[in-house]
Amino acid sequence: MERSQKYVLKAVEERNVKLIRLWFTDVLGQLKSVAISPAELDTALDEGVHFDGSAIDGFARTNETDVLAIPDATSFELLPWADDGSTARMFCNIQNTDGTPFEGDSRQVLKRNLDQAQQEGFSFFVAPEMEFFYFADGDPTHRPEPLDSGSYFDLTTSDVASDLRRETISVLETMGIPVEYSFHEDSPSQHEIDLRYTDAMTMADQIMTFRLVVRELALERGRYASFMPKPLLGVQGSGMHLHLSLFDANTNAFHSEGSEHSLSPTARKFMAGLLVHAREITAVTNQLVNSYKRLVHGSEAPVEITWGTSNRSALIRVPHTKPDKPSSTRIEYRAPDPACNPYLSFSVILAAGMKGLRENYDLPAEFFSASDQTPEGLSRQGIQRLPHSLAEALDVMENSSLVRDALGEHIFEWFLRNKRDEWQSYKTQVSQWELARYLPSW
Amino acid sequence: MPATCLRGDANANPIASQTKTMMTNEVFGVSPAPPPTEIAACLNDCGHSWTPLLACAAGTDRATASDAPNPTGVIAVFDVDDSLGRDAEDQVWDRLRALRDTEPRLEPVLIVLPADRLDQLDDKRELFDDFIIHPFANRELQARLDHLLWVVGRGDRDEIVRYGPIELNVETYQAQIGRRPLDLTYMEYELLRFLASNAGLVFSREVLLNRVWGYEYYGGARTVDVHVRRLRAKMGEEHAHLIQTIRSVGYKLGQGRWLESD
Repeated sequence: MERSQKYVLKAVEERNVKLIRLWFTDVLGQLKSVAISPAELDTALDEGVHFDGSAIDGFARTNETDVLAIPDATSFELLPWADDGSTARMFCNIQNTDGTPFEGDSRQVLKRNLDQAQQEGFSFFVAPEMEFFYFADGDPTHRPEPLDSGSYFDLTTSDVASDLRRETISVLETMGIPVEYSFHEDSPSQHEIDLRYTDAMTMADQIMTFRLVVRELALERGRYASFMPKPLLGVQGSGMHLHLSLFDANTNAFHSEGSEHSLSPTARKFMAGLLVHAREITAVTNQLVNSYKRLVHGSEAPVEITWGTSNRSALIRVPHTKPDKPSSTRIEYRAPDPACNPYLSFSVILAAGMKGLRENYDLPAEFFSASDQTPEGLSRQGIQRLPHSLAEALDVMENSSLVRDALGEHIFEWFLRNKRDEWQSYKTQVSQWELARYLPSW
Repeated sequence: MPATCLRGDANANPIASQTKTMMTNEVFGVSPAPPPTEIAACLNDCGHSWTPLLACAAGTDRATASDAPNPTGVIAVFDVDDSLGRDAEDQVWDRLRALRDTEPRLEPVLIVLPADRLDQLDDKRELFDDFIIHPFANRELQARLDHLLWVVGRGDRDEIVRYGPIELNVETYQAQIGRRPLDLTYMEYELLRFLASNAGLVFSREVLLNRVWGYEYYGGARTVDVHVRRLRAKMGEEHAHLIQTIRSVGYKLGQGRWLESD
């Protein structure tokens, strides 16, 4: 038995842990859990835990349904808010019963992509800006009700939501998820918590933990936290801007002293890769019908595929950094929303950037503002736009060998099938907007 | 002038003086009693108790000797500041002979003496385990004590790694800070243990990666930064400063335990 496994056994004994949750993620990015007792822990660490995958989204296969959850002992952590701290969790890798990695496991998809980048000498670091709303409840039969009417950086002492946010941050920090900044966002009851950068695998795990902590703490207070990309009409939606950087052995590969915006050739090629393949990966980074209601003009969400330093609607923004902090040179990819599967999103983003790097893509000029903002005008200037809808995003993705390779055949096929169904189901709906608009005249 | 033990010093810095040294089960029979200041300070610093070596009469069985606790080891100081006459010294050797002949054999026995009296040890090899020349550096005395205890299989100080408010139990893998449990992941624990066991020393990211992780990890050296930040978050604002970033070098935890003072 490895020392990390012994560590887990001791911790469970010493801290009087009564329940261990084995976490994994389905293809759609929902957190799933198998709970075991301390008595079962030894075997679980050694051999994994069998379960029937057929009920999990993206896990079902025709030939066999049984899979194995192998706990990652290094991810063992107490859940400080749950059951007086007597519950702990470990993330799992999912294997087939013959011990090979299960192709429907998004965590291992990310691992495969990270391993490849590692072989090329790079490790991938991510810091997300998590935006979300607090609502009075999660009842979908009426419009969500914000808890306040505060706005950007408001300092309101009385509101429940700010207390909730503060408490959430304290739990996150206790769980080793350092928070960089937090504030009230632009829209009523909208909040943002920015996490401190870490390697992409840890960060994907942290985002899964983050979403659970935010939601559970809100529920404890009788409120509802939502990561839905665009829950309210007329106000900005929730994004998950990702600050990205690549490190070679010890240094930030995106940084180059004295060059334009301190960006290295590596950074410029990576950005070029992301821009060229942005349309292909959008179905993954923005996977809901609702995601595309955020990606519209008139808010800060990106629509056109551009990059810039101060242009807040650019798809990639290069944040200003202090010249004496080379480690903080990075790019900010602004399309993703917090309802994505972080493992798969990081995988396709990395794949797009690495392709640009590998094949020496040229970065187009920085975009300031278009003289002609019409779609035709933009396209004349060679500026493409992100897909308008999930349907369009799926069409583009379907023809992308880059996304197919990054996700692997199993997830690629399943995702397209599942999301086409989602679109089909949406398309057959008759919305309130349509009734209000058409019924009186037709 | 010999170094002064930090913890024996009333003016010691605040971090170190908060340290509650866990008492060990070691009771050193000392001669003379009370022992010279620097020896008392070192024993205190290590969490060992002491008892006069000659309080119990020579030849009596240790288990029934007196109210005083039975010594589990001995530190005997000879002819350092004329504190002991030759007669008293002979008594000490007699006492040691008795203790060493009794089962279980008393060990370790450490002799402290000036260099010009080394020849005195020639015919008494079986009566001691190690010796140290006076004057000595406290660091040496402690290192010798630690090593002697380790050799005889009682190096139980290693089970607890302690620095200021941080306490790590190496046996149970449990961590505490300011007396509250600190729940760490395995790698966070290993990193904190390494830093706390080597308090005051600065380590580069590469060295930490090598010594703590011991294998290629996704983030390369950057992983160390990430873990340090995570540790600081868990330690809380109050204690986060204990791990210091040494610009363009690496990290260290706290001050050295053996600050030399003049």
